[in-house]
Amino acid sequence: MTAVIDKPVRKPGPWAAPPRPVWEEEPSKVGLASKGLVLGIACLAILFPLWIVIVTSLSTRKTIDEAGGLVMVPKDITFIAYQELLSGGQVTRAAIISVLVTLVGTAFSMTVSVLCAYGLSRTGSLGHRWILMTLLATMFFSAGLIPTYLLVQTLGLTDSYLALILPSAVSVFNILVLRGFFQGISQELIDSARIDGAGDFRILWQIVMPLSRAVIAVITLFYAVGYWSAWFNASLYLNDQDMMPLQNVMIQLVQKQEAPVGLGQAIKTGQLSGLAVQMAVMVMALLPVAVLSPFVQKHFKKGMLTGAVKG
Amino acid sequence: MSHSTVPRSRAEAKRKTPGEKTPVASGDVTGSEDKRPSGRLSLKVRFRRDRLLLLMTLPALVLVLLFNYVPILGNVVAFQEYDPYISDNGVVSMLNSPWVGLENFQRIFADSAFWQAVQNTLVLFFLQLVLFFPIPILLALLINSVVRPRVRAIAQAVLYLPHFFSWVLVIAVFQQLLGGAGLLSQLLRSHGYDGLDLMTDPSTFKFLVTAETVWKDAGWGIIVFLAALASVSPDLYEAAAMDGASRWRRIWHVTLPALRPVIALLLVLRVGDALTVGFEQILLQRDAVGPGAAEVLDTFVWWNGVRNQDFGYAAAAGLVKGVVSIGLVLAANKVAHLMGEQGVYKK
Repeated sequence: MTAVIDKPVRKPGPWAAPPRPVWEEEPSKVGLASKGLVLGIACLAILFPLWIVIVTSLSTRKTIDEAGGLVMVPKDITFIAYQELLSGGQVTRAAIISVLVTLVGTAFSMTVSVLCAYGLSRTGSLGHRWILMTLLATMFFSAGLIPTYLLVQTLGLTDSYLALILPSAVSVFNILVLRGFFQGISQELIDSARIDGAGDFRILWQIVMPLSRAVIAVITLFYAVGYWSAWFNASLYLNDQDMMPLQNVMIQLVQKQEAPVGLGQAIKTGQLSGLAVQMAVMVMALLPVAVLSPFVQKHFKKGMLTGAVKG
Repeated sequence: MSHSTVPRSRAEAKRKTPGEKTPVASGDVTGSEDKRPSGRLSLKVRFRRDRLLLLMTLPALVLVLLFNYVPILGNVVAFQEYDPYISDNGVVSMLNSPWVGLENFQRIFADSAFWQAVQNTLVLFFLQLVLFFPIPILLALLINSVVRPRVRAIAQAVLYLPHFFSWVLVIAVFQQLLGGAGLLSQLLRSHGYDGLDLMTDPSTFKFLVTAETVWKDAGWGIIVFLAALASVSPDLYEAAAMDGASRWRRIWHVTLPALRPVIALLLVLRVGDALTVGFEQILLQRDAVGPGAAEVLDTFVWWNGVRNQDFGYAAAAGLVKGVVSIGLVLAANKVAHLMGEQGVYKK
């Protein structure tokens, strides 16, 4: 008997290439390099503008003046722009409004969507097809901007935060993604729970939801990003400038090159660069999504697959 | 439990095996395989059995009916000289506004601004089709050929990121880079050239809009293609390699055919949606470049209705757009079926 010698198999690290099947050619140096170059340029095209925005927001007035505008190399990092913005005033209020609308809106949208998705996930229940068709049909048409605008006015939602939440609270697409996921859950599990005496609400809460964490995380992110990024509803339905969320304040700051109310003085007296303030508002708008989305990213493919093609 | 008298578990046990694909995943969104006994049970019994499920769908259903179906009725203002000042209540105003028949539509079709908007919409649609649509496919092929897991994950995370930024932010970023006071101008001036303001230039506006769309969503678009690529069996590649197919040959004969259905479907859907191009994105930049270059159908409706308070006129324009769009979507689905793909809905 010859002893079988176990060759030590080294597990490839995350940076290393996994073992190559025998039929596959070794990659050429040129091929690898050009691949890396294209990907590198693509990633740089995304990260470089963000880098400039962040660095400029952290720069002193002197650094910004020396650079003649935007700053590429950080020097004398300062948080003065953020301190000014967050010490009360227009931007602080707008940020708080945005956070609250996002939290309340996302919670509401998720509750309604998860319930609806579960209700529709049992094929053959009463009215199931009719309700599904009613929802699906909305993916083909839109009632139009003007009639929707008139409806929101008629409902008396103008100048109320409900106008930022209710009209776009449910996304049929998101419901379909959730429903597809719920239907993939093992039927035996649900049956056994039912035999044990669990009702539909209990099954949803204790069995279906814990098993669907991935897709729920993805859809929650979608809704949250939707609320956080929204500006159009606010510009349509809100007249009171003090009620405006962060995105709308940012439009005024960056597009019309205005200084936020209350900060004009600080900028005039030269303590603060107007550009740094603009950049700081932009960072405040991008930070939550930039921080959150990578955590949910690993679920995207799974979550999106069920309905992505139908988007 | 009140509904335990109904033979629910037996009916559900028959429903489907766990390994079976979900109806949505297989494209059957209507769930046509009703395995619950419906014929044998009376409506009353079925209602008692399913009332909790119905209750659960109710909130979403009410919201959709209220905000997606009820406004359809509001399109009657397209046939009116709608006067919003008759009453605070839109319905009362609608009932008391004078009817003008098709006058609004006649005005639209005689309005050169409307045709300019149609032209801009179509030009932008074709630009996006040519300059935006292929990029996610190429990027997906590229990412898919990266074998190192860490590199892949980082690249994907970075490429997905801009999709989650608001249009306000994306345009602000572009403004800072390409605007009159932006980085590009800054660089040009420091080298002795004139500054350049691409953000207010009507002649390049449509390319700017396309570039913004590429920056924001090209990375996100690769997800669908990556999913399609992940489902290709490695055996196919091995067999092709055994038959002497080179790397490029394998892409041509194995990878691209695997992507074909997804590409076809997305293309068809995009064509069906041709009259809708970046409403929010363009609205944000409309003032800077002027309506001549920037007006699309959606912003035309917004400008005439919300800004000029000419509701009947704007609603008529919106209605024309909506009707043509539905026609396009249905036609696109028909084409998808003819090509043997699942459309948005089943045949």
